[in-house]
Formats: sequence, C-alpha cells, structure tokens
Amino acid sequence: MLSKTLFQKLWEQHVVHQDADGRTLLYIDLHLVHEVTSPQAFEGLRLAGLRVRRPDLAVATIDHNVPTTPNRNLISDPIAAQQIETLRRNCQEFGIRLFDIGSAEQGIVHVIGPELGLTQPGMTIVCGDSHTSTHGAFGALAFGIGTSEVEHVLASQCLWQKKPKTMQIVVDGKLPLGATAKDVALGIIGRIGTDGATGHVIEYRGAAIRSLSMEGRMTVCNMSIEAGARAGMIAPDETTFQYVRGRRFAPRDFDKAVEHWQTLRSDDDARFDSTVRLHADELEPYVTWGTNPGMVAPISGRVPDPNAAASEGERAATARALEYMNLKPGTAIAEIPVDRVFIGSCTNARIEDLRATAELVRGYHVHPRVHAMIVPGSQQVKRAAESEGLDRIFRAAGFEWRESGCSMCLGMNPDILQPGERCASTSNRNFEGRQGRGGRTHLVSPPMAAGAAIAGHFIDVRKWKYKEAQSA
Amino acid sequence: MRAFREHTGVVAPLNRSDLDTDQIIPKQFLKRIERTGYGEFLFYDWRYAGDGKPRPEFVLNQPAYSGASILVAGKNFGCGSSREHAAWALNDYGFRVVIAPSFADIFATNARNNGLLLIALPERQIATLLDRAQQSEGYTLHVSLLDKTVRDNKDFSAEFEIDDFRRTCLLEGLDEIGLTLKHESEIAAYESRLVSRGW
Repeated sequence: MLSKTLFQKLWEQHVVHQDADGRTLLYIDLHLVHEVTSPQAFEGLRLAGLRVRRPDLAVATIDHNVPTTPNRNLISDPIAAQQIETLRRNCQEFGIRLFDIGSAEQGIVHVIGPELGLTQPGMTIVCGDSHTSTHGAFGALAFGIGTSEVEHVLASQCLWQKKPKTMQIVVDGKLPLGATAKDVALGIIGRIGTDGATGHVIEYRGAAIRSLSMEGRMTVCNMSIEAGARAGMIAPDETTFQYVRGRRFAPRDFDKAVEHWQTLRSDDDARFDSTVRLHADELEPYVTWGTNPGMVAPISGRVPDPNAAASEGERAATARALEYMNLKPGTAIAEIPVDRVFIGSCTNARIEDLRATAELVRGYHVHPRVHAMIVPGSQQVKRAAESEGLDRIFRAAGFEWRESGCSMCLGMNPDILQPGERCASTSNRNFEGRQGRGGRTHLVSPPMAAGAAIAGHFIDVRKWKYKEAQSA
Repeated sequence: MRAFREHTGVVAPLNRSDLDTDQIIPKQFLKRIERTGYGEFLFYDWRYAGDGKPRPEFVLNQPAYSGASILVAGKNFGCGSSREHAAWALNDYGFRVVIAPSFADIFATNARNNGLLLIALPERQIATLLDRAQQSEGYTLHVSLLDKTVRDNKDFSAEFEIDDFRRTCLLEGLDEIGLTLKHESEIAAYESRLVSRGW
C-alpha cells in the first residue's frame, strides 16, 4: 500500500468530488464564525435566497471587537456595535449557535474551539480568520478563508481546493531552558521566512514537538500562517486524546473516536515535498526587531545592520523596518526599552501561558514607565486563572487584568498603541500599525513579555531570578 | 462575480515585498458590514498622515499615477490576515490587476473570488515593470486573460500562468456557489457516509 502523510489521509477522507484537473470539493466538518468576516457572507446568502446547509456544524462567537474592560456590552463605536448586532441577528435567523459576549464560554474563536471540544483530530476546520491554523495542533486540517469562502461554506458545507504541497518541519531534541513553543515558532519563521511555506501544509514532527502540551502545539500551529503556510498540523497522540476527553462537545463514543484518531499519522516512509530540520538546542528566547515575524533575533543578539544584508531587496526591507521601529543597527536586543506589554491573543492567552507569566512576575512589580495588560483568551481561561489565584499575582504586580477577546493583537477594539509606543507582545504579527497606527510591536513569548514589563526593557528569561510562592 | 477578459491601464509601482493585508486595509475599516466603499481606505496609513492629509510621497497621491488600475509590487503580496476587505479595497479603488513575483495563499483566493486578476511574474520582469512605471509618466500595460499575456507599448511582453478553471471563471464571471450546488447529490452522499462513523 502506498504510504501517506497525515495531510494526505485527511484530504482523502474529505473528498466530495474531484474534477479531472485535480480541483477538489472538500467537505468541511466545523465552521467557526466571528463578527468581522461574516456579515457580507450572510448578506450574500440572503440576496441569493440560500439557506445555511448545516447550521449544526457552525459555531459563532464575538471576539475581535469586544471591549476587554468590565462592562463589555457598552460598545462605544457605533460601527462596531452594528457589526456585533449583525452577527447576533444572523445567528438567530440562520440557526447558528452563538457564544455571545455575556456567555460563560465567550472567547477568542481559536481558544474556545479547542476548549469546548469542538476541535477534534481528523476534522476539516475553517474560519474567516488566518489563525485558524491553530486547530491543526489536534491533527485537523484547519485553515483560514475569506468572506466569499465563508459564504460558500455556509451554503454548501464544502470548499473547492487545489491540493497544497506538503512540508515537514522536524524539531529534534529537547527544548532548552527558556525556549517556549513561541520560540519554536519564531525560530522556524526566522529561518524559512514569511513566505517559506507558501502553498504548503506543514506537519510539525520530532521529539521537541511531541513533548509540547496541547497548548504549546496550538501556539506553534497558530504561527504557521506567518510562514505563509496554508495550514500547520501535528499528528494526534495520547496528549491530544487526554486533552479532548471529557470536553463539552467531545465525541460521545470516545473510545471509538480514538480508535480512528490513532490512524491519523504520517506513515513511516511517507514522502513530503520538502523538509526543514532543526535541533531544539539551536533555539533560544526570541524577540522580533522588525515589521514582519521573520525579522527576529535571539535575546542574546543585536539589531541587524541593513548593509550586511544578502541582497538589495533585503537591505531595503531591513532599513525600512528599522526606520519604522526606530532602532539603530547593532543595538543589543536586551537594551531595547518598552512602553507597553500585551499578554494575550490566540497565540498565547491560554492557561499555561498565564501560569508561566505568573510564575515569573510573582513578587515583582511592573516598571513604572510600562503599562502592562493581560487579556485571557476566553472566559473559561479567565475563570481558571482566577480560581488558581493568578489574577491576584498579576494585579499585585501592577498588570491590568482584563476580559477575554482579541484585544490589542489587532486593536479592533479600544485596546491600541499610541503612535511611537513600543510594545512587547505575545501576539503573532508585528506589521506596521497592526496594534495601532505608528505603534512598534516586538513579538515574544509570555515569560519574555512579563520580564520586559518588570525590567522596562527586554531581558533574558534564562537568567531570571524566580521568587518562591510564600506559604500562607 | 465581475468578469475579466482584457484590460489596459496605468501602472502604479509599489516596490515593497511582504506587503501585508494590514497595510492594504488597516483594521479600523473592518467594522463595516458592506462589501463596498473600502477604496478610500486603501493603504490608508501610507496614503494619509496622522492628521488625515495625503502624504505627497506615496505613489497613489502622485498625479502621474492618478487613475492607475494596475498595481506592481514585491514578493509575497497580501500576506497576513485573511480579510477579504483587502481585495474589496483594491477593487473599489479601481485596481483590476496586481502583478508581483508571488502572492500569499488566502489573499490570492480572495482576489480571484472578486474578479481581481493576480499575475505572478519572475523578479527580473517585475524589476523592469517597476523601473518603467517609475521612469515614464502614464506608463501603461495591456493585460489579456484571453491569451495570458502582459504587454507594454514598447518591448515588454510576458506570458503568465493561470489554471484553466480559474481562467474560465474570471472570463465568464461565474459564481462558484452556483457551480458547487450542482454537486448537491454528492454532498448529501458524503454526509450519509459521515453519519455512519458513529461517534
């Protein structure tokens, strides 16, 4: 029998129809919906007189626009309020389950899908959001789509796809001290570039990937899109099954599901179109210095010199990025001061991220110049953190403890940077103006962000002096 | 969807690579619930200063490129967010064609679903186009989807690739949902197999 990759297996299991030229109609098992990329899709259905084919396979939440301050139903921006109201109306009209702002399950769409057990191995999952790649951590084929495709899935529960290429990224060995899942992602993107995986579905493999928790795997898969990949995935294993078991929407006949899920792995001699291999020892805590996630340096490194670039194109891009970021070539990364710290987003706002943050900040206080904010990924994460007392540690250290949402990752709600402000952020994109016009974003892991909040500049978490919890 | 067959238009050169969709249409303009009206916000932070005044140095604010309908840019155009608003904004501004060495996947699909033609050409040819558009005022290209070529009125001529299905959809302005719903019986058959999984 021909050996297959995990991706090939998932692909074949979802083919509804294949044209002679290879164009394939794929069935979609789960469609996640949010307020920003769906209104025009629902309107399209109405104009065409179409129904939602499988409202039971769609789940919606409100995450991008929501304020993270206590009274979240007060949306000051009337256009944002209308967009939110439109999603409510559409969900009601078309019979789609909505985890609304007041819901105990509301949160960032890529946080609540997994925590509700909606995200399962072997599924095809789409959402009008590029970070849908997150769900690939479960061994699902999950990718972001545009609004026309959202409409297409609502109408047909299918999507036309051309088969992407496959890439395996193997991370051997054991992650060194201080290197988190975020650093795995940044290290990979720094190596292959922001278009290194364009047209490909990545499968992450190797001992360092296997040893990651589900939350760490989600962080890695989340950033696949920042390398240009169509999707990223990790074969499901015992870690995956344990995570899904018992969750609200987990399969009822769980053992039978696991029996199938265990077949979802690349065969030993399966062939990939390309391979990237690195050893975990090469990874360090990283900080981005530029205006895309591939512009990254280890904390021990320095801001690069444009004149040392390999090509004229790279020189121009580096020079432009440094001008926007207001950084001088040769500056030690650890000397870069920060004004703001944002710990949140679909990349790094899960409970383990908050635990790692709390461990570092315990007994310290945020630097007087820094405004630091922690935005849990969901209401469930928020409650879990509060039941563990993490919120008290954060507040005592001078962090703002907010309600759940996308928040300052993209600043569609009131949480934005002011022009010229420099932010250590656990989010996924350091594009110009992403967090607010003129804002300067440095992407880091949660412990690195927390350390920067306290020191007022980037620090090497490997040298951090952790303080013990005081016994009660 | 709007059909695309042939187009002749002024070229705007934007010599930047990894041009992300946050630049094409910043997030504050994603709150609207319409598909149209995004053209005035295209490249907003580059086009306008903080006080809302046009930045004269930005290409689209220069008289030589007013009315441009073909954009030439660097590699990995449209990376980042899946916002279809990027394609809507380019369309709405009046662009019919974007020519670059490569495009990000989601953006490419969004463009096709909106009748915006993307043409990938080698870096060397892109460099030529950028150069000519910067040097000669009113530099114009003729793009034909019928014979898959890009030409200027001097000596530039390039053929581009596009898969047959996409080409047909663009040429005829076909609506993909309508095409898909013709596969209803196959979709239903797939769903009945799905139920038999039983968990």
